[in-house]
Amino acid sequence: MSIPENLKYTADHEWVSLEGDIATVGITEHAQEELTDIVFVELPEIGRECQEEEGIAVVESVKAASDIFAPISGEIVEANEELEADPALVNTDPHGKGWIFKMKVSDLAQVEALMDAAAYNTHIGG
Amino acid sequence: MSDQDIKSTPLESLHVELGGKMVPFAGWNMPVQYTSNMDEHLAVREAVGIFDISHMGQFFLRGEGAEEWLNGILANDVKKLAIGEAQYTFMLNEEGGVIDDLIIYRFGDDQIFLVVNASMIDEDFAWLNKHLADGLELTNESDDWAGMAVQGPDAVDTYAKLFPERELPSRNGIDTWEDAGQRFIVCRTGYTGEDGFELFVSADEGITWFKKFVDAGAKPCGLGARDSLRLEVCYPLNGSDLSPKRTPVQAGLGFFCALDKRFIGSEVLERQKAEGMKERLVAIKYVGKGAPPRAHYGVFTKDGDAIGELSSGVFSPSLKEGIGMGYLPVEYAKIGTEVDIDVRGRKFPAKVVKKPFYKKD
Repeated sequence: MSIPENLKYTADHEWVSLEGDIATVGITEHAQEELTDIVFVELPEIGRECQEEEGIAVVESVKAASDIFAPISGEIVEANEELEADPALVNTDPHGKGWIFKMKVSDLAQVEALMDAAAYNTHIGG
Repeated sequence: MSDQDIKSTPLESLHVELGGKMVPFAGWNMPVQYTSNMDEHLAVREAVGIFDISHMGQFFLRGEGAEEWLNGILANDVKKLAIGEAQYTFMLNEEGGVIDDLIIYRFGDDQIFLVVNASMIDEDFAWLNKHLADGLELTNESDDWAGMAVQGPDAVDTYAKLFPERELPSRNGIDTWEDAGQRFIVCRTGYTGEDGFELFVSADEGITWFKKFVDAGAKPCGLGARDSLRLEVCYPLNGSDLSPKRTPVQAGLGFFCALDKRFIGSEVLERQKAEGMKERLVAIKYVGKGAPPRAHYGVFTKDGDAIGELSSGVFSPSLKEGIGMGYLPVEYAKIGTEVDIDVRGRKFPAKVVKKPFYKKD
């Protein structure tokens, strides 16, 4: 199970990578393994202001739809349009090409407060 | 329903051992998938897969006049059912609505084996008993049997590997035998649109036989694949596409209702055939890509009027498109009618298409 050290994690199985005040967000290796067969990703709207834990995107497998929550508060600045053509990137490269959206973080302390790799590993019973 | 009420099939421990992801379904703890819904689905279309169907109910009806009595209860014509054959049929209420869809097997004169849906075992058994004629014996043997469906183009070869001495019966045919004190029932039926068979063995032999099929190359498949496979060929699921408020005629399954005889609910069906009906179950396919359709999503006209909802929906692993079924007013039920499916407030274009979605070449 890949849990990269350089990422932050939420209890809802999302990862966050911070560069300056821009956070890139996706779902974890563990989440994609649980969901399997991602066939559709509903991307968030660019420019949308969202609060921490607000449902802003949806990842769908053959069987079920799962909400993706904003891990922190901020403004959506980019969405991974490649997922519209190839949603399976979330399965094959969840921490890389399968990223879902980028947001401009309003409070960096919220990112700091997320789990690190060790805490997330414990969270998923690793 | 509390966790204590969740029932286990005789194969439960094997599912866990094989990595099955267990979920409650119709009151049973069942594998929804093992590795991947997509892979399991495609294995059945291209090779062979195996499903646990032990949660389904098995009744035995015995006694003189069993066929004649059953003919007044079930929609299809039991008289057309030869010994050694199976028949798809319906149990209807007085309003012609579906209580259950089931398969009956005629083992011999006055000996009928009935396989009913898992969620309906108690209700079906009570309904049949309520109407049961004197001299007939109906027993619920659901706990005595383990069942498995082996489905796919390689199912026949898989059978030959395990039972080299026996020939698989032809389509809808059945075979029963005893070996070393164990009873076997096999029927060339299924719920996937592929060739294959369903095998029933004593509950305590279930794990042994399921394992043998897996060792012979059958991929263990969960309920997710079972649902996407059946929907691709437009087989109805009771509780979703069939309900006590809808008749089989509305569901487009009038072929399995013999209206030249009388049975519970037959007057309503006759009236619908003569006078027409307001709504019909149609097949709906996305035009282009979109969020996968699912049961209960709203169906709208192109002008934005709500006209119904999906009774079933899934992303089709074979076609790589969104497919579903739903009851629509007959004026919108014509093939080619364009509609919109509402997914979380977003509309995706779709149209009414001919059943089934998927057909073997």
